[in-house]
Amino acid sequence: MKILVPTKRVPDPATNIQVLPDGLGIATENVKWVINPFDEIAIEEALRIKERLGTGEVVLAAVGQKSWQEQLRTGLAMGADRAILVLNEKALDSIAVASLLAKIVADEKPELIIMGKQAIDDDSNQIGQMLAEMLGWPQATFASKVEIKERRCTVVREVDGGLETLAFALPAVITTDLRLNEPRYASLPGIMKARKKELKEVPAESLGVELTPRLKVRALRPPSKRQAGRKVSSVAELVNLLHSEAKLI
Amino acid sequence: MTPALRDLDYFGLDELLAPEDKMSRDAVRQFVEKHVMPRIEHNFATESFALTLVPAMAELGIFGANLKGYGCAGMNGIAYGLIMQELEAGDSGLRSFASVQSALSMHAIYAFGAEEQKRRFLPEMAQGKILGCFGLTEPDHGSDPAGMETRARRDGDGWVLNGTKRWITNGTLADVAIVWARVDEGIAGFLVEKGKPGFSARDIKGKFSMRASVTSELIFEDVRLTDGERLPQARGLRAPLACLNEARYGIAWGAVGAARACYNCALDYAKSRRQFARPIGGYQLVQAKLVGMLTEITKAQLVCLRLGQLKNAGKLRAEQVSFAKRNNVSEALKIARSARDILGANGIVNEYPVIRHMLNLETVNTYEGTYDIHTLILGRDITGLAAFE
Ligand SMILES: Cc1cc2nc3c(=O)[nH]c(=O)nc-3n(C[C@H](O)[C@H](O)[C@H](O)COP(=O)(O)OP(=O)(O)OC[C@H]3O[C@@H](n4cnc5c(N)ncnc54)[C@H](O)[C@@H]3O)c2cc1C
Repeated sequence: MKILVPTKRVPDPATNIQVLPDGLGIATENVKWVINPFDEIAIEEALRIKERLGTGEVVLAAVGQKSWQEQLRTGLAMGADRAILVLNEKALDSIAVASLLAKIVADEKPELIIMGKQAIDDDSNQIGQMLAEMLGWPQATFASKVEIKERRCTVVREVDGGLETLAFALPAVITTDLRLNEPRYASLPGIMKARKKELKEVPAESLGVELTPRLKVRALRPPSKRQAGRKVSSVAELVNLLHSEAKLI
Repeated sequence: MTPALRDLDYFGLDELLAPEDKMSRDAVRQFVEKHVMPRIEHNFATESFALTLVPAMAELGIFGANLKGYGCAGMNGIAYGLIMQELEAGDSGLRSFASVQSALSMHAIYAFGAEEQKRRFLPEMAQGKILGCFGLTEPDHGSDPAGMETRARRDGDGWVLNGTKRWITNGTLADVAIVWARVDEGIAGFLVEKGKPGFSARDIKGKFSMRASVTSELIFEDVRLTDGERLPQARGLRAPLACLNEARYGIAWGAVGAARACYNCALDYAKSRRQFARPIGGYQLVQAKLVGMLTEITKAQLVCLRLGQLKNAGKLRAEQVSFAKRNNVSEALKIARSARDILGANGIVNEYPVIRHMLNLETVNTYEGTYDIHTLILGRDITGLAAFE
């Protein structure tokens, strides 16, 4: 089975993010870049499906800058077979990314797409859904368990208040939640092998997709600092403050 | 991420690394974070090595990572150095384990073994299924291995080995000991497998340093060996010294990891610990210590990087390795002591990694050629006059 895993490069979640003085972007000089953690889970799941079936191909696809090669190589070192990088320098709307991915899908014809439910940088949580809609494929978002038998797929998804089980035929789009699996790290021999794996670059303009953004970032602001706590001397005082000051009770 | 493993890259050296270097480093860092940090203080406290780490290290490809073929990863020197750095940011004992398995034992077989010996041992050593140790030091001969008393006597087609090796890392854990012994022609190396009649090993207890690593004494009483158990290409002391050179290379990098762990810990502590109504990091004396650490770590990183470039180009001289081992370890030890000082009373408890690194680095300063012996090696190199022969 051929599995396509769209992969994004994002700042390491441990990085201390600074907003640029113009308020329109973040400072990138001291940022360590990683594979979006949800995409890492998607790569892991794709590799496990391939290992369970004993055959197949895991193809990574990214839409971004040349420097994203580094994260794709990491995915290849984890065990993916090859990667496609759609080169585009500027920021894109989700709809443009989904459209570019749909072109890659038309070309590659995978039977399954697994991707992160969202990227931890802008938290949009929509490309998987858009892509499924464009392709006219079933979608199962927020997967916490994936099972595949003979071109049928069962996905357990985490919803408010419980679990929901979906069953559908492939091809389909699955987006991953945090508890789906624990991604492996690249082994050293895997890193060496990854050097020789194919990493194809495709210019975004060549795919005939409208790239002009329709969304405009007006301002970025860091979350307001948390106020230091205060010690109270009695339960009565606490209850009183919760009522009069915090207005919670 | 634990502060010990947080990166320190004041001069943007990451830009000089190849993607595979960074990936290797990050993979080992993740391994240390997940598998080593949660248990290392326990191992140090109980004077034990965590053997359960071996399969995970093998799966990651750490053993013999810089060797080519025989199931080894074939990493370049810089990637290999960064791997050692991350292991030692966890614990010097962990890095010692990897150094002994890879740079000393596997390298000895790789460089001086017969093809048959390489095929028999190296793949399983890479998988961590066969563990090795390296016996050069003796109770009465440390800095001066040329004086060794362990002797192998010809006996028909084979050999009879007698003597004692001491301070041998992984001695009781090892399935095969690489033992250096005096023979009529000079010095030779032998592969002595566990369980050979006359071969026994026991651990040295009561260490205050490298407590999460096993250190042993090996005793050989009329141990009979075939000629096939001799490393055929190892002729003279040059052979074990070549292995030591490989290990010292890794130690030069490893020390940076231990120093970084201490620095990160001291920096965080200095920013949050308040005395006289201010964070102690706001006082000039503490800042001077932190800046001194930052400076020496950065210099050591630059030395390592250049060392790696020279190694990759096949131009590295043993004296340059001596330079790096001597400088980086002694600076790491100073940094650890300084970090210990900044932590005050908290610097002496195992809630923080600093005292453990500090105690470990005392060993690192001594083994693989003491600080002073490397001073003499460098002194000989620049003056042409040997002070110790
Ligand atoms: C935890 C641990 C693990 C070890 N693991 C191994 C191992 O796996 N395999 C192995 O073979 N060995 C191992 N060693 C041994 C280590 O390599 C030796 O301890 C080291 O070479 C120093 O030898 P020594 O202890 O006999 O000290 P000595 O040689 O007795 O040195 C004592 C002091 O005298 C100084 N000195 C010696 N000669 C001179 C001179 N000519 N001029 C000036 N000063 C001099 C030294 O610098 C040092 O300060 C290990 C040691 C330790 C502590």
